Amino acid sequence: MVTGQFFRKMGAAIAAATALVPAAVSAQDAAVLTQNDAGGYAEPGQFHLQESVTPIMDSIVAFHDGILMWTIALIVLFVLALLVVIVVRFNAKANPVPARFTHNTLIEVIWTVVPILILVVIAIPSFGVLSDQMTVPDGERKYLGANIFSLGEVEVPEATITIKASGEQWYWNYEYVDQGVAFDSNILSEAEIAEFKPGQPRLLAVNNELVVPVDTTVRLQVTSSPTGVIHAFAVPSFGIKVDAVPGRLNETWFNARETGIYYGQCSELCGKDHAYMPIAVRVVSAEEYEAFITAFAESRNYAEAASLLPAL
Amino acid sequence: MANTANLEAHATGHDHASHDHHTPTGWRRWVYSTNHKDIGIMYLVFSIIAGVIGGLLSGAMRLELQEPGIQIFHGLAAMSYGLEGDAALDAGKHMFNVFVSAHALIMVFFTVMPATMGGFANYFAPLMVGAPDTAFPRINNVAFWLLPPALLLTVMSMFFEGPAGALGFGGGWTAYPPLSTSGHPGPATDFVIFSLHVAGVSSILGAINLITTILNMRAPGMTLHKMPLFAWSVLVTAFLLLLALPVLAGAITMMLTDRNFGTTFFNPDGGGDPILYQHLFWFFGHPEVYIMILPGFGIVSHIVATFSRKPVFGYMAMAYAMVAIGFVGFVVWAHHMYTTGLSLDVQRYFVAATMVIAVPTGVKIFSWIATMWGGSITFRIPMLWAIGFIFLFTVGGVTGVVLANAGADRALHDTYYVVAHFHYVLSLGAVFSIFAGWYYWYPKMFGYMYNEFLGKLHFWVMFAGVNLIFFPQHFLGLAGMPRRYIDYPDAFALWNRVSSIGYYVTFVAMIIFFYATWEASRKKRPAGDNPWGDGATTLEWTLSSPPPFHQFSTLPKIESKDAH
Repeated sequence: MVTGQFFRKMGAAIAAATALVPAAVSAQDAAVLTQNDAGGYAEPGQFHLQESVTPIMDSIVAFHDGILMWTIALIVLFVLALLVVIVVRFNAKANPVPARFTHNTLIEVIWTVVPILILVVIAIPSFGVLSDQMTVPDGERKYLGANIFSLGEVEVPEATITIKASGEQWYWNYEYVDQGVAFDSNILSEAEIAEFKPGQPRLLAVNNELVVPVDTTVRLQVTSSPTGVIHAFAVPSFGIKVDAVPGRLNETWFNARETGIYYGQCSELCGKDHAYMPIAVRVVSAEEYEAFITAFAESRNYAEAASLLPAL
Repeated sequence: MANTANLEAHATGHDHASHDHHTPTGWRRWVYSTNHKDIGIMYLVFSIIAGVIGGLLSGAMRLELQEPGIQIFHGLAAMSYGLEGDAALDAGKHMFNVFVSAHALIMVFFTVMPATMGGFANYFAPLMVGAPDTAFPRINNVAFWLLPPALLLTVMSMFFEGPAGALGFGGGWTAYPPLSTSGHPGPATDFVIFSLHVAGVSSILGAINLITTILNMRAPGMTLHKMPLFAWSVLVTAFLLLLALPVLAGAITMMLTDRNFGTTFFNPDGGGDPILYQHLFWFFGHPEVYIMILPGFGIVSHIVATFSRKPVFGYMAMAYAMVAIGFVGFVVWAHHMYTTGLSLDVQRYFVAATMVIAVPTGVKIFSWIATMWGGSITFRIPMLWAIGFIFLFTVGGVTGVVLANAGADRALHDTYYVVAHFHYVLSLGAVFSIFAGWYYWYPKMFGYMYNEFLGKLHFWVMFAGVNLIFFPQHFLGLAGMPRRYIDYPDAFALWNRVSSIGYYVTFVAMIIFFYATWEASRKKRPAGDNPWGDGATTLEWTLSSPPPFHQFSTLPKIESKDAH
């Protein structure tokens, strides 16, 4: 999307500009700026949606940046322009004698019908985006991706991997359902980051990332500990967010097209460490994943299996 | 109008030097008050006090979020509880959630609602419809006096055990179980539940009183379709209160029994469902947001017409747009729950229903603009607030359209985008309409004029401040920052800092407000019956300022064709 690129360039410019303002950005932020070039989470000073790596997020970005943003910006500017005209033309000095009209059927019909039309124009792609999100691929259904206006098609293969994410107080537990192996994923303190994963972002880095293969459709089941509270599993660059509810198994899906680490954070108030249970998904090549999952299924030892992956 | 005539006869029939005709003095005048104007003033004072508490809580939050890392809450916890090290840090994290929850509860139930449906509605709805008082003056007294204990219960909850070993309720104003049940075994949550029960009873009593007053006590000749728009807004809002609050009361009572008596309405272990609570809560919660904003719609309509010296454009459309908003407001609740696992079809319905609300809201915005169009506008203090309201409410409204789309909400749900959205419609929308009403009616209620410069300074500083707080929060939300976070990844540092600076600007604005109020009460510039000129046509401006203790002992007759 052209507009998406525009916002992204603006974002980079703002980020660069803010890095020059010592009062606005600490040295710490500047460090993150260089390190986050690989993507995976927000950049310092970012004011737009995160970089997309899935068809779902493509469609959200295209829908928001391409339709919603422009529509609401124009409406606000239109109302603002009318208010400015009123202030200039209809102040008591410029217009000492007020008009007395109180009705104008035509204009009332217009300002009822035009918003309805605008809403219909919004609703059509909106339903498309929503249907994409809510339908786990079966290999046949066509997906919109970024092609909202052209109604183009994106090939999304059938889901071949099922992963279950369970929210705990306050960490995530991931289970590779097909292999029946699971592990916990805990936040790393700043000291631990410096020791084990130097350069990874504060509050987002975890000890054990969820490892998934690139270009593969993953069926993600989300729930919460039966005796726990509600959490929400969210990875912004995947465009997914789904509540983890005790006693319920919610389902969503993603298909990431680029390798790397993508971060998310718990998105439903869950107690004192709500801000401290990040989500980190490591997308690796198919071969790397195969090696990892085989070793993990055999040894049931995450650290051992993860050591087969290239160093971060 | 036979009823009102009877009342009149009844009152004069008992005219034997009873206490009715002496203005009560001292504390009796206020504590025993059955006078709608005195009760209205008490509501407004209560709202200001609660607003200061709620505003200071948010100040602590903005101080905390000014920079990445934990800034003040471990220190606050250390000071409050005498803890040290990690214990203080843990207590501080929970304390932040307690502040978030208390800020919301206080602002919603004890600041905005008492100001609009308590203060302005009690004081001005009877005046505008030409009634001598409300229909049930003693109920009015009870409704008000239930509020201070309700506020006290909420404040007290902060000092009782919530989660094991920590003080206060930190489950948000939404109080979703299981966090508010098994997640908070201590009594703090029960205090909050009782607080909402008591505040809910207060609101229901107030709503019954206002509905009866407006439907039965209008002056002769004032048909519903000649009734001023503020009275319309109060009528619609009172019906929303009457229908929505019992659902909340039911939901939190079920939660209470889940917590204390072993029921499992919301507990999956016993076949219950945490999501059921969310449906019940938002069945109340969504109408609640219209409860907070609709009276503001009414206030702004009068101010815009008064200072444009021009009648309201499209009166009927304005009145029925509010009815439509109230009606549709009851069938959109699950747009707060798009991520809970609702099916595709359910989400589609709520997307469509939610977007429908934009239509009557748009009618109102454009009708205000059309009211000003062709007018001869003087930009006095209330008019600045009203125009500010129209613009800021538009901004908050359009981001609501974005969030209505479940597909886009997937990225924005539970992020700061939502925080920005609802503060634009409430903190900037409802609160601006409250200030508009305050400056508009202050001369009527107290008989004095504000210093024009100070009132305008308050407006401009506050306008800058609140925009500085909340506009950058759209950026944070788009970039993915979740709500209700005590700490955030370093990438969000910039806009959080800007937002916190905005808080300080707003704080200065509030100091200007209190100084201006003090100045107005000291200088005592007499307002006269109608300080706003021939544009102010509603009945309250026919009375003295302040109005007599009892007004309309001879009922006004409404004859002109466009009384509104």
